[in-house]
Amino acid sequence: MARKLLLEHVHIPGINTFEVYRQKGGYRAAEKALRTLSPEDVVEEVKKSGLRGRGGAGFPTGMKWSFLAKPEGVPRYLVCNADESEPGTFKDRYLMTHIPHALIEGMIVASYALGANTSYIYVRGEMMPQIRILERAIEEAKAAGFLGTNILGSGYNLELYVQPGGGAYICGEETALLESLEGKRGNPRIKPPFPAVAGLYNCPTVVNNVESIAATVPVLNIGGEEYAKIGIERSTGTKLISASGNINKPGVYEIELGLPVEEFIYSDEYCGGITKGKRLKAVVAGGSSVPILPANLILKTAKGDNRLMTYESLADGGFASGTMLGSGGFIVFDEDQCIVRNTWNFARFYHHESCGQCSPCREGTGWMEKVLHRLEHGHGKMSDIDLLVDVSKKIEGNTICPLGDAAAWPVASAIRHFRDEFEWHVTHGEEAQIRNFGLAHYADPLTVES
Amino acid sequence: MLSVKNNHPTEFQDELIAQFDEIVKRYPEGRQKSALLPILHAVQAAFGWLSVDAMDKVAAYLEIEPIEVYEVATFYTMFFLQPQGKYVLEVCRTGPCCLVGAERIMKHIEHRLGVKENEVTPDGLFSWRGIECIAACGMGPVLQIGPTYTYYENLTEESVDQLIEELKSK
Repeated sequence: MARKLLLEHVHIPGINTFEVYRQKGGYRAAEKALRTLSPEDVVEEVKKSGLRGRGGAGFPTGMKWSFLAKPEGVPRYLVCNADESEPGTFKDRYLMTHIPHALIEGMIVASYALGANTSYIYVRGEMMPQIRILERAIEEAKAAGFLGTNILGSGYNLELYVQPGGGAYICGEETALLESLEGKRGNPRIKPPFPAVAGLYNCPTVVNNVESIAATVPVLNIGGEEYAKIGIERSTGTKLISASGNINKPGVYEIELGLPVEEFIYSDEYCGGITKGKRLKAVVAGGSSVPILPANLILKTAKGDNRLMTYESLADGGFASGTMLGSGGFIVFDEDQCIVRNTWNFARFYHHESCGQCSPCREGTGWMEKVLHRLEHGHGKMSDIDLLVDVSKKIEGNTICPLGDAAAWPVASAIRHFRDEFEWHVTHGEEAQIRNFGLAHYADPLTVES
Repeated sequence: MLSVKNNHPTEFQDELIAQFDEIVKRYPEGRQKSALLPILHAVQAAFGWLSVDAMDKVAAYLEIEPIEVYEVATFYTMFFLQPQGKYVLEVCRTGPCCLVGAERIMKHIEHRLGVKENEVTPDGLFSWRGIECIAACGMGPVLQIGPTYTYYENLTEESVDQLIEELKSK
């Protein structure tokens, strides 16, 4: 049985209340930090743990914290990114719904480490039920003396507030999130300056994902060194994976980093295999932005090694034959799914969500959507395929924020790995309206061998 | 295109203003503009949409220019700039939900309600639209209904029919 650090008690009735969370050992990490550790000690512990940002970028959390500027007399802020809007990702919603105090406790630990006295949890606006849950958890924690002034007699003060977003994917980008929190449109800022120097209200700010913040609780409880022993190499600890698509058991799973991808897809402990006994066609492993991989390349690397659920193994082979762990939004496609249609769907998403600041993204995402629509609906030309690659290359790397890259990669990777399917849509335009392209080229190696 | 043109005289009740007062306390002195999104959500929850008059009153309350409210209200897709049905069925139409039948569900809703996307049924009860990913991919197809944003998950044609009947009889 894999070790659970975040979801160990998720099935215990009442774990969403302060009382039960506390009975199960909750708020021990906050006590440990405030009573026995200096803020620097907490940062050091998180550094030792090797914890990497769980929102998608995978940047080491402790290192991000150590970059925070600390000018005299200027407030510092911690902002939790609970905008969770990467298609395929729903782990933060799950965590906030079922164990809200794990996030509240993490906010206390992290705010103390950073010297923030006011912290915000920016939650996407559609998650109104989760906002109410968090507000209630904050009230409970405050009544128990874990928030407010002079917490646990330590002299440390912290106020925690929940802020709703308005339904904009771009606000998951940290500087757009800060703009939004200031009551503006979510247009990403040009960096530098980085938020660590000039973030919320122009003050030094750290923005961390829900899961990263919650993970600091087990890091303190078991110690950074112990945490670093879980997982493989630079992929330490456990990770929440959101599994969706054509699988028997969609849901949120906590895995130890290093689990083989094949086991994750087929084991009854996790996804439980493909629905209706169908064959695996493709996987988007880390949220819609990361490159899609055909079955053979998601299960094994190009070198023939087993692909593992780690930052390094999923990226093995670069974008030529690999992908990214990203946010852990694991989307599974069975043999009946149309890659062209899905690519068009994702392209429409990015066009809809582009903030419009940078021309390559604003215009490019629109053109990609239009050309893909044409291909999917049987009116495409063979030259459209290279046109798409060309447009994607002109967006990638040419925008203020990573949304441009996020829009370009799914299109480029779908063509890289499924070019014959795009070509078939051109040569068989009418047929493509009735049925999807066969699986022969991308067969699931497991079922083929058996 | 989103535009700010629909108007309707709006009076804010004392209770709503009291809610605004509580929200503004969350931010440092002089940073009351941060309250804009939560306040717009509160106004939409009270009136169902944001009229020009309502937005102007929010601007006056926050001591900011009306354009600062309009530019935010047109940017974020959750805000409605025209009257909607009493219940707005918002169906996720992004990739993972489509893998498990979201497009079929949207077609069914259109047929069942007899109105196109963003149109209101003659009785004023319903409107519907496709929206982008709402972080419930494992429970798709999924729709949400404001202002509480209750999620209805693992939708089938039958469960949609049942939901519509329940809302009608409320």
